[in-house]
Amino acid sequence: MAVAADKLDPLSGRKDLVEGHPTFHDVTEAVCAPIESPSWRWWVAFLMSLSVLGILGIALAYLFYEGVGIWGLNNPVDWGYAIVNFVFWVGIGHAGTLISAVLFLFRQKWRTSINRASEAMTIFAVICALMFPLVHTGRPWLAAYWLLPLPNQMDIWPNFRSPLLWDVFAVSTYFTVSLLFWYVGLIPDLATMRDRAKTKTRRIAYGIFSLGWRGSNRHWQHYEKAYLILAGLATPLVLSVHTIVSFDFAVSQLPGWHTTIFPPYFVAGAIFSGFAMVLTLMLPLRSWFGLKHIITVKHLENMAKVILLTGTLVGYAYAMEFFIAWYSGNPYESYAFANRLFGDYWWAYWTMVSCNVLSPQVFWFKKARRSVLVLFIVSIFVNIGMWFERFVITVTSLHHDFLPSSWDYYSPTIWDAATLLGSFGLFFTLFCLFVRYLPSIAIAEVKSVMPEADPHHGDDHE
Amino acid sequence: MSKVKRKKVYGLAAEYDTAKGVYHACEKVRDAGYTVWDAHTPFPVHGLDKAMGLKPSVLPWIIFAMGMTGMTIGISLQYWTSVVDYPTIIAGKPLFSWQAFVPVTFELTILLSAFGAVFGMLGLNKLPQLYHPLFNLPAFSRVTDDRFFIAIEVDDPNYDETRTRKLLESTGAINVYEVED
Repeated sequence: MAVAADKLDPLSGRKDLVEGHPTFHDVTEAVCAPIESPSWRWWVAFLMSLSVLGILGIALAYLFYEGVGIWGLNNPVDWGYAIVNFVFWVGIGHAGTLISAVLFLFRQKWRTSINRASEAMTIFAVICALMFPLVHTGRPWLAAYWLLPLPNQMDIWPNFRSPLLWDVFAVSTYFTVSLLFWYVGLIPDLATMRDRAKTKTRRIAYGIFSLGWRGSNRHWQHYEKAYLILAGLATPLVLSVHTIVSFDFAVSQLPGWHTTIFPPYFVAGAIFSGFAMVLTLMLPLRSWFGLKHIITVKHLENMAKVILLTGTLVGYAYAMEFFIAWYSGNPYESYAFANRLFGDYWWAYWTMVSCNVLSPQVFWFKKARRSVLVLFIVSIFVNIGMWFERFVITVTSLHHDFLPSSWDYYSPTIWDAATLLGSFGLFFTLFCLFVRYLPSIAIAEVKSVMPEADPHHGDDHE
Repeated sequence: MSKVKRKKVYGLAAEYDTAKGVYHACEKVRDAGYTVWDAHTPFPVHGLDKAMGLKPSVLPWIIFAMGMTGMTIGISLQYWTSVVDYPTIIAGKPLFSWQAFVPVTFELTILLSAFGAVFGMLGLNKLPQLYHPLFNLPAFSRVTDDRFFIAIEVDDPNYDETRTRKLLESTGAINVYEVED
């Protein structure tokens, strides 16, 4: 069977980013239609997400009433699901910034179809992540104060040498900058929504949030400069965030955590898991909202290639950790890694390796990269695998440390599971609201990469 | 008391249906010596700044200044709390162990630069500005969809109703409108 190939533009030799030669107006219509007349599928997705969010409400209410005793934490394993879920969700967010900022700097024009939804995903994932440090003490009204750089009742300041405090600055900066970047990108499209609004409420709401944008070229000039520099700021920022998250582990002395490979390994894993989540969200979105000509199979294929690359990088990091554990000659380090493979949590380790290293290898085949079904299945595997990676790193290192007398086995309770499940409810509810009320594709940006947008389009020279 | 209400005029707006059309029209308006005018497009048209004869944006300088402010705040916050206000020896390190202060300093530099980029951009563009005379023009609602406009204001020293209208019509505009203030 022949592998389907994309038709190329005879002049540029590249594939048209938007298929079927639509006009600018067609693009506006295609993106706005699902917002103006939602399909019944949206209601199904929204109500399901909302009920899972309800589980989070119950889990958190009981946590605040009773305290962290409802979780499965024990003495060696003082860090459990809360940190696992935190690192998992922060990592998910990284793909959004990679798509919106790094691919922008590299002039990868195909990003325009997927950057809006991926940035939204980033923001919602970081909201889910930020929830865990806030609730992990079971007393969020106190935790919020401890996290800020404020002196305590003894006039002592937080320890600025602690990676946990670096983390507070890194993740809150990341959230703020992602939100600003996303909003700046939204302004012209909110103006489009305003000018199309049929009801007064919509006109006023979109009108306020579009700030009176009128497409002025004097404005575009500053706007494009701001966007470019924000992309330049977000690029080192996104690398710094997961680096600093990895410092939470790497700066400690614990075997299995105390390694210099952690920062790049965490960043690669974050991009890997984030792209998988982008695919999980984008595959239903493009089909249910009729956006297959804007988010084309070529886009999906590109994302599959990024997943293959980062998945293989992660596999390399796993292997290198073992090599260094052996090469260092440190018995504690060697034990920690043997324990991961064959110890009490062997099942978690092998789930991680099969999902993260083995499953993306199907993307060496073009047919797999272009098959919606294969992409969806692998994206789910990667999501599962990356959650297990954080579980393996956190729990296997803690439960057997230096002294055998303090070893213990950690098993989560139903409340740990309910909080994890509920965080998905929060994530999907926010994402459903986003696709219902905001343009899920950057309309102005997609138009700007269409051939007709070039002021020299159709000229003979050049 | 009967008084003819004279309507105030904001200027003339010309409508185009291609990016190419508005680009070449901008070159003509620029060469005719107009200064108080603007082009309006649904997306940034590549090279239109040059076609309009705009100077480069000053925004990068605002962002740089904000970034340096953030860096200074980061360093001085950590220096003052660890060395001056409540010196505590932690892990036998010097009070000013600057290597450990890099992450927070870096994050604050990025944070304030981003504030500079976004709020600096809005400030230079004088946004939010919810009312603008151009919104009085019904056809202008397509500027966020698929139409391109050039608006020349009456405040321009070169403005002359008939001459300016003629110029705009000669640039291949599909329509030229008078815009009320």
